[in-house]
Amino acid sequence: MPSYRLRINGSERSVESPDADKPLLYVLRDAGLTGAKFGCGLGQCGACTVLIDGTAMQSCQMTVADAQGKAIVTIEGLGTPAKPHPIQAAFIQEQVPQCGYCTSGMIMSAAALLSKNAKPSEDDVRTALDLNLCRCGSHVRVVRAVMAASGQRG
Amino acid sequence: MNKIVRTSGFSRRALLKGGALTVGFALSGLPRGAFAQGAAGTRMLDPKEVDAFLAVNGDGTVTLFCGKVDLGQGLRIAMPQIAAEELGIDIAKINYIEGDTALTPNQGRTSGSNGIQRGGVQIRQAAATARKALVELAAQRLQANADDLVAVDGQVRRKSGGPGIDFASLVVGRQFDVKLDPKAPLKDPAAYTLVGKSLPRPDVPAKCTGTATYIQDFSVPGMLHARVIRPPAIGAELQSVDESSVKDFSGVKVVRIKNFLAVVGEDEWTTMRAARALKAQWSEWSGLPEQATLAQSMHADPSLTAQTLISKGTAAKSENAKALTARYFWPMQSHASLGPSCAVADVRADSATVWTASQGTHGNQTTYARFLKLPKDKVRLIYVEGSGCYGMNGHEDAAAEAAILSQAVGRPVRVQWTRAEEHGWDPKGPPQLIEVSGAVADGRIVDWRTDMWIPQTTRGLLNIPLLGPEAAGLDNIVGLNTGLISQNGDPPYAADRIEVVAHWLKTAPLRPAPLRSPGKPANCFAVESFTDELATAAGLDPVAFRLNGLKDPRAVEVLKRTAALMKWQARPSPGSNTAAAVAKGRGIAYIHYKHSETYVGMGMEVAVERATGRIKVERVACAHDCGQMINPDGVRAQIEGSILQTLSRVLMEEVKFDRSRVTSLDWASYPIMRFSDVPKIDIDLIERQTEPPLGAGEAACAAVGAALANAVFDAAGVRLRTLPFTPERVKAELGGKAS
Ligand code: FES
Ligand code: FES
Repeated sequence: MPSYRLRINGSERSVESPDADKPLLYVLRDAGLTGAKFGCGLGQCGACTVLIDGTAMQSCQMTVADAQGKAIVTIEGLGTPAKPHPIQAAFIQEQVPQCGYCTSGMIMSAAALLSKNAKPSEDDVRTALDLNLCRCGSHVRVVRAVMAASGQRG
Repeated sequence: MNKIVRTSGFSRRALLKGGALTVGFALSGLPRGAFAQGAAGTRMLDPKEVDAFLAVNGDGTVTLFCGKVDLGQGLRIAMPQIAAEELGIDIAKINYIEGDTALTPNQGRTSGSNGIQRGGVQIRQAAATARKALVELAAQRLQANADDLVAVDGQVRRKSGGPGIDFASLVVGRQFDVKLDPKAPLKDPAAYTLVGKSLPRPDVPAKCTGTATYIQDFSVPGMLHARVIRPPAIGAELQSVDESSVKDFSGVKVVRIKNFLAVVGEDEWTTMRAARALKAQWSEWSGLPEQATLAQSMHADPSLTAQTLISKGTAAKSENAKALTARYFWPMQSHASLGPSCAVADVRADSATVWTASQGTHGNQTTYARFLKLPKDKVRLIYVEGSGCYGMNGHEDAAAEAAILSQAVGRPVRVQWTRAEEHGWDPKGPPQLIEVSGAVADGRIVDWRTDMWIPQTTRGLLNIPLLGPEAAGLDNIVGLNTGLISQNGDPPYAADRIEVVAHWLKTAPLRPAPLRSPGKPANCFAVESFTDELATAAGLDPVAFRLNGLKDPRAVEVLKRTAALMKWQARPSPGSNTAAAVAKGRGIAYIHYKHSETYVGMGMEVAVERATGRIKVERVACAHDCGQMINPDGVRAQIEGSILQTLSRVLMEEVKFDRSRVTSLDWASYPIMRFSDVPKIDIDLIERQTEPPLGAGEAACAAVGAALANAVFDAAGVRLRTLPFTPERVKAELGGKAS
C-alpha cells in the first residue's frame, strides 16, 4: 500500500492508504486520533474540523495526498484533561457539551478564530462557528465559552 | 482534573479531585467489564433489591448500578448526587456503571424525561434503604440505639460524636440482602449538601479534549467493518447481487440474507468504497403517500378508528359566544443526530455481546435474543454513549445489523451508518394533524374540542420493526411505543366542556419513533395557539386570558414569572404595527407537562421581515418548575437544548419524501439551526427543593411552537398553523393578508 508522510500534532507520521483520495478524517481516526468525528463526510457539519496550517478545515473534505506537507492539529494536539488548552478549559468551565459529538469541531473552529482575532465580538464568534452544527442545542454555552476564553465575559 | 484509572474488575471508577467528579476509564476508554464476553449473570439484578443498585467495596467506595443511561443530559452526575446524598458518603467515593444488562437493574427505557423522576427516585429509595440497613448493623455492633446513630462520610457514628464504623467494615464481603423499602426514611431536603448543587459533569473534560470514547470510536480486537446497503425504495426487494463488482477490494465480503445486504471488510475505508461499488438489482416500490397532500389524506384515511380520550362538562349556552375552528399540522421530523448511528456486536455460538448507544439496553435484550435465536440471558447489551439521541434514532437498528452480521461472519462487526442513512432511515417523529374548535364568552372558554389524526403505531406497545431483522426475514418482535403522543391535547384552562378525540390511522407513512417530548410539541402548538386565537376573539391580553382559567398556584406562578421575565405589557394580540417592514411582537405559551409533571412558561420576542418572510427569534424567556432540581445547571442545559432543538424543528424541519423514499438525505435538504439563528435565552428556574423531581429533559420543548406562532401573530397579524415556518411559507401567508 502506498504510504504518506503527515505532520500531525507536531510529529511526523507515516500512514498507509490504498488510494490518494482517502479523506484525512479516516486517516486520523485510523491512527487512533478519534477526537475528530465523522458527522456527514459531506463538508456540511463541522464535526471533523481540524487545523491545517492554522486554519479550521473539515478533515472529511481533504485527501491524504493533499494533507502532506501541512501542519495538522487535532483536538488531541491542543491539550489534555490534565492540561487543557485555554479554550478547552473554558468549555469545561462552562459545561458546554451535552452529547459532545460536535464539541471537538467547535473547539477547533474557535481555536482558529482566536488565533487570528484575540478579542472577537459575539457576532464574530457566531460567524466563525456558523458551519459547525450542534443538534443538542449547546450553542449558547459555546458562545459564552469562546468569549470567556478570550478574556471577555459573554 | 481527570485521571485515567486502571480498573480491576468491572467497575468504572468515579473519583473526585479538586472538586470535580471525574470518571476514569480502563483500556480504550471503557470499563474493563465491557469486554467480558457473554452475560455475567452473577449480579443481583432485581430492581426490588438494594443489591441491584448498590455495592459497598472493600476500599470504602460504593458502586452505583444505574439502568438509565446518560445521553449528555447529565445523569452521570445527578444519579451519584442522589445516591451519595442519601447514603451519607462523599460523592468522590461513588463508582458509576450504567446501562449494562449484565450489571445494572432494568429501570426501563431512558425516555419520557423520566430519568430522574422515576429512575432517580428509585435509586434514592435504594440508598435510603441501604443507609437504614447500615445504621441497624452499626447499632448492633455498637450496642447502641439506631436512632442515636447517623451515616455520614461513609461511616456510621453516634450523633453525639466519637469514632464511627466504615460502611465497608459493616457490609463488605456480603450483600445487603434487603428489599427496597418504600418507607425507609429519606433525608430532609433542608439538610442536603449535594442534591441541589450544580456539580460539574464527570464526562465533560474528556468530551472537550477528544478523549471520550463514543460508540463511533469504539472497537474490539478482531473486529470487522461493515456497511449496510439500503434499497433505493423503502419496500423494494433484492433481486440480484453482482458480487464480482467488489472483487477488487481486498478483504471485503458480501453478506446477503434475503433483502438484507451488506459488505464486511477488514479496513473501513476499503469497505466504504466497496459498498459504493457493489452492484445490486432491486424491485420497484412506490407505496408512500403523496407528500403535498399528506394532511388531507390523513384526514380522509379509510382506516381511521375514533377514540374519545377525554369528555367532560357540558357546553354552556351563551348568546354572545364567539366560536372558532382551526387546523394545525406538524410534519414528520428526523432525530437528525449529529453523528450517524453505529454499533459493535460480537455474536458467538452460544452468546452475544452488543455495544450500543441505545436508550433501552434492557428492553432490547428480548428483541435481540429472538432474532439471534439465543436465550435472553445469553445476550448482553452494554451502553456506550453515542452522538446525541432524542428518543430512538438509528442506534438500535445499527446494533441489530451488527449482531446479524457478526452471527453471519463469526467475527465481531462494527456497523457505521452514513449521513444519508441516518437522515433517510432513522425512525421519524410521526405527522400530527390536529383540529380544534371552541368558543369563548365573557372572557372564558365555554366549549373546546380537539380532534387529532395520528398513526396507531404510536399507541400502546406496538412494534417498531428494526430494519435489519425485517429485511433478513428474522423474528422481529415488539419494539417500543412512540410515547403517548396524544397527551396534552386538552387545554389546561377552565372550560365548560372539553372533548378530545383521537382518530387513529392504521399506518404511518414512515416508521414512527418517540422523538423528544413525543407528540406534545404538536399538541401544545395546537392547544396554545388556539388559546391565543380565543383570546384575540375575546379581545383579551393572552396572559390575562390564561390566568383567568388557571387555579393551580404553580401554574399561575410559572406564567407570571415568564411574563415578568419578558416585561410583558398587557394588551390583546395582534399589536398595532403589523404592517411594518420589520414587524415585532411577543408571544407566550404554557404547559403543565402531561398534566402531572413539569410546569413551563415560554415567551418569545420575534421580528418578522415582510419582504423575505424571515422570522428572527430575538429572545426566548422560560420559567420552569420541575420540582426538586438535583443539579440546577444540568436542568438549565436541558432547557437550553429543548428550546433550541425545538425552535429548529418549528422553523425549518420537515422530512421530504417521494412515493418511494425519503429525499432529504443531508444537512442541505434537511437543515437545522445554526449559530446565526440562535436567540438570547433567559431562564428562570423555580426552586421547589421539597417537592418531588418532575423531569427536565423535554417539557420545555412542548411550549416552543405555540409561543413562536403566537409571537408571529402578535407581530405581523398572520396565524401560522403548519410547520415548518420557512420564509417561503411565512411570505405566502403575509401575501394573503397584506394584499
Ligand atoms: S464530517 Fe466533515 S463536515 Fe461533516
Ligand atoms: S452537544 Fe450534541 S451535537 Fe452538540
